[in-house]
Amino acid sequence: MSKLHVTTKINGDEVEFLCDPRETLLDVLRDRLGLTGAKEGCGTGDCGACSVTVDGRLVCSCLMLGAEAEGKEIATVEGIAEGEALHPLQKKFIEYAALQCGICTPGILVAAKNLLEKNPDPTEEQVRYWLAGNLCRCTGYDKIIRAVMDTAAEMREAS
Amino acid sequence: MALDSSKTTGFKYVGTRPDRPDGLDKVTGRARFGADATAPGMLFAAIKRSPHAHARILRIDATKALAMEGVKAVVTRADFAEGLTGENWNILENVMAGDTALYDGHAVAAVAATTALAARDAIKAIEVDYEILPHVTDVDKAMAPDAPVIRAGAADASVPEGLHPNVVRYHESGHGDVEAGFAEADLVIEDHFVTEATHQGYIEPHACLGTLGTDGKGELWCCTQGHWNVQKVCAALLGLETSQLRVTASEIGGGFGGKTAVFIEPVALALSRKANRPVKLVMTRAEVFKATGPTSSTSMDVKIGMKKDGTITAAQGTFRLQGGAFPGAPCEMTAMCAFAPYDLKHVKQVGYDVMANRPKQAAYRAPGSPMAAFAVESVIDELCKKLDLDPIDTRLKNASREGTRASFGPTWPRIGLVETLEAAKAHPHYSAPLEPGQGRGISCGFWFNHGGETSVSLALSEDGTAQIAVGTPDIGGSRASMALMASEVLGIPYEDIRVIIADTASLGYNEISHGSRVTYASGLATIKAAEDAVQKLCARAAAKWGIPEDAVYWEDGFAKPSGPNAGDFAPLPIAEITATMGATGGPISGHFEATPEGAGVSFATHIVDAEVDRETGSTKVVRYTVVQDAGKAVHPTYVEGQFQGGAAQGIGWALNEEYIYGEDGRLQNAGFLDYRIPVASDLPMIDTVIVEVPNPGHPFGVRGVGETSICPPLAAIANAVSAAAGVRMRQLPMRPSRILEALDSAADG
Amino acid sequence: MHYHRPATFEDAVALATGSEGVTRFLAGGTDVLVQMRADIVTPDTLIDIKAIPGTHEIARQEDGGWRIGVAVTGAEMREHAELGRDWPGLVEAMDLIGSTQVQGRATLTGNLCNASPAADSVPAMIAAGVTATITGPGGTRTVPVEEIPAGPGKTTLARGEIITALHVPPRGTEGGDAYLRFIPRTEMDIAVVGCGVNLTVEGDTITHARMALGAVAPTAVLVHAAEDALVGRTLDEDALTALADLAEASCNPIDDKRGTIKFRTHVAGVLARRTAKIAFDRAKGAAK
Repeated sequence: MSKLHVTTKINGDEVEFLCDPRETLLDVLRDRLGLTGAKEGCGTGDCGACSVTVDGRLVCSCLMLGAEAEGKEIATVEGIAEGEALHPLQKKFIEYAALQCGICTPGILVAAKNLLEKNPDPTEEQVRYWLAGNLCRCTGYDKIIRAVMDTAAEMREAS
Repeated sequence: MALDSSKTTGFKYVGTRPDRPDGLDKVTGRARFGADATAPGMLFAAIKRSPHAHARILRIDATKALAMEGVKAVVTRADFAEGLTGENWNILENVMAGDTALYDGHAVAAVAATTALAARDAIKAIEVDYEILPHVTDVDKAMAPDAPVIRAGAADASVPEGLHPNVVRYHESGHGDVEAGFAEADLVIEDHFVTEATHQGYIEPHACLGTLGTDGKGELWCCTQGHWNVQKVCAALLGLETSQLRVTASEIGGGFGGKTAVFIEPVALALSRKANRPVKLVMTRAEVFKATGPTSSTSMDVKIGMKKDGTITAAQGTFRLQGGAFPGAPCEMTAMCAFAPYDLKHVKQVGYDVMANRPKQAAYRAPGSPMAAFAVESVIDELCKKLDLDPIDTRLKNASREGTRASFGPTWPRIGLVETLEAAKAHPHYSAPLEPGQGRGISCGFWFNHGGETSVSLALSEDGTAQIAVGTPDIGGSRASMALMASEVLGIPYEDIRVIIADTASLGYNEISHGSRVTYASGLATIKAAEDAVQKLCARAAAKWGIPEDAVYWEDGFAKPSGPNAGDFAPLPIAEITATMGATGGPISGHFEATPEGAGVSFATHIVDAEVDRETGSTKVVRYTVVQDAGKAVHPTYVEGQFQGGAAQGIGWALNEEYIYGEDGRLQNAGFLDYRIPVASDLPMIDTVIVEVPNPGHPFGVRGVGETSICPPLAAIANAVSAAAGVRMRQLPMRPSRILEALDSAADG
Repeated sequence: MHYHRPATFEDAVALATGSEGVTRFLAGGTDVLVQMRADIVTPDTLIDIKAIPGTHEIARQEDGGWRIGVAVTGAEMREHAELGRDWPGLVEAMDLIGSTQVQGRATLTGNLCNASPAADSVPAMIAAGVTATITGPGGTRTVPVEEIPAGPGKTTLARGEIITALHVPPRGTEGGDAYLRFIPRTEMDIAVVGCGVNLTVEGDTITHARMALGAVAPTAVLVHAAEDALVGRTLDEDALTALADLAEASCNPIDDKRGTIKFRTHVAGVLARRTAKIAFDRAKGAAK
């Protein structure tokens, strides 16, 4: 089977890769590009641990082929911090202990950042429904929701 | 003079809430979990699994697979050690089937290939011929006389004569004369309860990367709760010398007991030995559900007698646990936890460990206890309703306290059940008004907690900072807790301490991170190792000052002369001692190893409000409060996190999570789509109250907290739903259809 | 597997017609990729239609209706304020499918062609009277969406045929639609029962009514009798009872891991009532 040549942009950097047509974007990120921040929790779009954005749209990278990344702009958890400056969400997640094992954290951060870009002032219910596709088994979500709400409040004040 | 830093008050670091040391790595995506490691020349593996619940394996032919592009090795049972006995044999049989596939998903062969896709394609090309055998997946059916025998001769000596060969272990305990106790009661309620198997549901599938040479030397990286156990088991299953296999624990993406067992690591190593290359093996989510350990499913009968004033006169329970196709269902834990919260004159509990054609059960957060609490606390709730008694007052009246003879034998030392009940009663939640359609439930829960083999090393650096090597994988923030406890003893800031999880070559044996043992046992060992280092620091100061060692004491990071008689010396800071330690006697480190046995038990009381839609049977948990004894909360935020996580898992177990098997014995919901763990929009905020009744067995009073939090929820929610629906729910999960059926039959009856 | 990204529907049809083995069209991929991962289906040919011009557009038509491109995602529908004002039930039905992440990819057309009896958008589309334009080797035709699913995982589309657009009728001034589903959790589940209702009114009197049910039969069911039961009257208790009875009578469900026959049938009646009330309130609101 011949491989496909794909040119894309990941966290602002131009990237080229070859992939099997069956490989998902998640497979490519993890196994070809060494970007292991996105996790495979299920491979079927049920857990959100592989969340990335594609042209600003939140998706599961396990539900998209690597080939479909052609010409797109992909953002992963590795691109959330700017240099040594953490994103406010990253800081709040540490401060609130909004993570225990941390396996769901990259996906939740990508999803929560995408939410706050679209809705800077979400209600608790909106945060819970937005993140319903990001399974967390450790925390009961309590501290995650609080961290997102507090980050939103802080970012609103700062802006 | 042995240093003793024991205390229960006056902490400077313990009880504060600093940032976790692994936080930055985990929010930036660079923390390395099981599947995140790579090695030069690495192959990818996949496992061929039985689609049948019970089948004799007639033939395995890998000829076509081996001929495929990129395929480097295939292993079957023949590639593992022979002649194993006991639990090692059970584990091997589970890791790779021998003559018979015992459950849907049982491994029968494995492939290593140059890409993950090539490995996946190759397992499809492995041909396996099966002779399908009769199967059984239900616990009561597996005990029935006509049930197919999973494996003859698996029962141990505890099993009374005349039981089906699928009953493999039996437990009985208690005291007094329950019949006499029931005769004293004003009301006796006996009821039957059923719970389905649930899965720990950690989001990270099992993953490992192994290298093993024909020289018998190996390296293994894996996500596990206990890498020394992995080392020991892999060595046995592959016929290696234990010390020749070095195992490193990755960051672990959740375990909850499910990563105490060994499933894929020996397979990766066997493939590596055969291909002579590193092999990475990562389970799919479907494999996690089908072939790792869920909990036992249960069938239970509980009978309790009560006087009109709420005094329990006698209690009796029979607990049948289905544990999959191998012995090991925690029937004795279920039985022993069942009535532990209560001071009972007459009590008897019986447990059965029953095999069925399902995956080998594994520990899940307080294994066996939540189910027992569901049955017992439901009956107590019903007694309170019928006798018009307050459920918390009634529990307080019967509560186990210091000096009470426990239902399973020992006499309780200082315990905190009464304190959790009193805190629950005083909590605004307990007296808040309910909306129409809502019901409130409460329940107590109990877990033993555990000590276990533990070894910790602490090394001081030249600049007066400390590095600590512990051997218990960090599954809930334990690196932060260890650093806090070490700070307390060394008197240096939390930030000056780095804690790592050492590999198996770097420390003595460390038991698995299980039994809520880490903050207790590794914590105790960390304190003792720090004391060991402090002792040496004091000795160096004493030598410098030319005074006896016992004339020096340690305070807030300084060596100080113990009084005017010792001499007039300025306090010597740690960094000054360590700066010259090479010239004053060599490196300074502290060490401790032991099997501590003073793990204090933990009790909890939960309050929950649930709302039931009587038209659809749908339940919404609207308010939840956890009250639990932590002994001493070393990092209160992480203690809260454990309380909340346990409650959330309990909510899932109570309402929607279950293993669903078809008539064909195949698992029908091996994915997060239909194995329905709670999502963010399902849950309310989960309120927590940390009660601190110090554990006399730990220098700072710590009790394990990780597991008790899942003991009360099943019963608390069942009691809330039963109150809201006006009908007693006796089977879990309380999915909507089951609630509607109960409402229907109540209306008919 | 061969992956193609044609620039026109004609090329897509030619590729599908000319290929051997299993062919799948790829829009959002939220079903196709799951089937590939679970080894249920591995297509020999996968035709990505997202590079075809117009497939990402939601366009108001001259008659007041809407043309929805086959690659339009649920998220794009949700963000389209005007479409949501006209057809809130349809948009909500699409929005209920999967997570926020799935919404970033999943499409109405994909939900239709996956042919799951439990597809959330399908009862809402049927109730709304949505039609599909289909292009294939034999030319182009337009059919009501209810004619497309043929059974679980099966459609009436012939080999080489592809849906090129969906058409939502004009809302008019006094109409409202709604869709409700029952799931055990609050999100992320497959519908145990789904119900779409579309009403138009004059004052309090219903002038037009369509109800469709999902997950209660091998394909979504258009409850034809709902029209007769509701038209010419208001949505009073009698009408609601009649509608619930009709819903229950239209059910031909199975017992499976997601629900029993009895449960599904009962809940279909409950949802028929609840959904109709919302649609009626919306129609009355629109009439103001």
